Amino acid sequence: MVPLLEARNLEAYYGWSKVLHGLDLTVEKGKVTVVLGANGAGKTTLLRAISGLIRTTGEIRFDGVRIDGKAPEDIVRLGIAHVPEGRGTFPNLTVLENLRLGAYTRKDKQEVRRDLDRIYTYFPVLKQKSNSPAGLLSGGEQQMLAIARGLMLRPRLLMLDEPSLGLAPVVVADLFRIVRAINEDDGVTVLLVEQDAVGALEVSQYAYLLETGHIVSSGPADELRQNDSIRKSYLGY
Amino acid sequence: MQLPASAKEIDTRTTGLRATRPAAASHARLWKLVGLILTLIVAYLLPLGLSNYQAFEFTQVFIYAIALLGLNILIGFNGQFSLGHGAFYALGAYTTAIMTTRWDIPYGWTIIVAGVLCLIAGFLFGLPALRFEGLYLALATFALALSTPQILKYFDNWTGGSQGIVLDKPSVPLGLPINADQYLYYLTLTVLLLLFLLAWNLLRGRVGRAMMAIRDNPIAAEAMGVNNALYKSLTFGVSAMYTGIAGSLGALAVAFVAPDTFNAFLSINFLVGSVVGGIASIIGALFGAAFIEFVPIYAQEISRAAPWAIFGVVLILFMYVMPTGVAGLLHRVLERLTRRPSKESSADNVVATSPAPADPGASSPARAASGKHE
Repeated sequence: MVPLLEARNLEAYYGWSKVLHGLDLTVEKGKVTVVLGANGAGKTTLLRAISGLIRTTGEIRFDGVRIDGKAPEDIVRLGIAHVPEGRGTFPNLTVLENLRLGAYTRKDKQEVRRDLDRIYTYFPVLKQKSNSPAGLLSGGEQQMLAIARGLMLRPRLLMLDEPSLGLAPVVVADLFRIVRAINEDDGVTVLLVEQDAVGALEVSQYAYLLETGHIVSSGPADELRQNDSIRKSYLGY
Repeated sequence: MQLPASAKEIDTRTTGLRATRPAAASHARLWKLVGLILTLIVAYLLPLGLSNYQAFEFTQVFIYAIALLGLNILIGFNGQFSLGHGAFYALGAYTTAIMTTRWDIPYGWTIIVAGVLCLIAGFLFGLPALRFEGLYLALATFALALSTPQILKYFDNWTGGSQGIVLDKPSVPLGLPINADQYLYYLTLTVLLLLFLLAWNLLRGRVGRAMMAIRDNPIAAEAMGVNNALYKSLTFGVSAMYTGIAGSLGALAVAFVAPDTFNAFLSINFLVGSVVGGIASIIGALFGAAFIEFVPIYAQEISRAAPWAIFGVVLILFMYVMPTGVAGLLHRVLERLTRRPSKESSADNVVATSPAPADPGASSPARAASGKHE
């Protein structure tokens, strides 16, 4: 049990309205952790809070170091890659330019080039289309690009905001397989935020349930899958 | 040098996929290179066949092109609006006018000082501008444009008030066998080339990518570790620097500055030129500059009574025929020319000929369009 990321009594605001109400959350090193929740539960806000994109109170520690109140660019430099909701690619830049932006904070050019090649083995389609504008990619390809761009940081923590959003089930299954491979082969810790509980619980080891800014339940992913009320409201069977 | 390497990478990567693609890409590059060299030769020989007045007109085009490039960097590549760049043009012009006439400082230095002053002024203006987005920023900058003539008149013991300041035309150095107008032509052309080269270098690499990332998706850019606030202010500064240097050269070329030539109409004219030329393009600034210099002149010849009505009609026609600016159209023509031998499907062609990341000079239609909406 080595925590990579810890949030204690985390609260977050948009203007005056409070969106997260005293969250406690731990992401274990080397594991995939998922935060499940419906629209408006505060999932995106949670990731934005960790990235330093919005105002927060409470405590966030990354590898033991306080990161709450730090500027987003400093948090990125610590090795936290945030793959934003709705893919958040740069549509008018090429695939390659998007990937290079992922490595924006890195100075080791040789290693960046090596990582690029490695990432192309996970996502061969991106290699084929490296020279085309990201806006011309399909939804699934754009999501792959967003994840690949996150990996270009060579992150210690990869945060994925609803990668399944608006994608065909086959594509989603593919994506989750890749996420698992990234976690197992490269040892990247993953914090996943999802509505697609079935797929997400399958790739993750630990899960949190978020409702209107409160964590209402948490536990090992296997246990949550067995839990009756969760099965009814999230898994639908 | 980072770029040639990455361009090569792309070529080798695509080699295995489609045999025709690298050929088309290198074709396009060759065309561009030949075009560039021919243009340069013509540009440097041109004044020998021009009247003094025509040489002056082209000088003015080069000056506008520098100003427009500043605006393109801001609007097209960074997605920030400005309807007030006339103010920076005025600041550059008055810097040179005051320094050369009051303190007898050689004009070459004043161009540099004008650039630095506008860089600082633009950066400082960019800081509060961070609080405004899109249309609100456009209005804030428009206020700047509206107040410029009045501010110039208010400080009349510096600016000479409504009377303005008369400058000496730069004399031809080193006994070169050209006249003063030709010398101004070469001076502005050389400054233009240097500044275009600087912009190209800036935009094709890491800095340019960060600027465009902010334009395309500010939240994601921040999530990549880009310092949005710093970049936006700096971009505003660099943009103002270009326009200020243009103003400095403009003061030298016209040899006269007066408050009412730096009115809001000048700022709007810059925006017109920027959009007509191709807003997310380096080379587009030249076409836009030619447009705002020559179209009013020809409109005057067609109708003395309503030249601006003619100008308006021509403007609408341009927007209709070239919605992505002259640079966007050129880019598509170049695509067509270099693609003919291949028999790929049209979808593949889009991929094959899309601009290389190393080439911000080529404005893709998508890029040009996006600039307009932000």
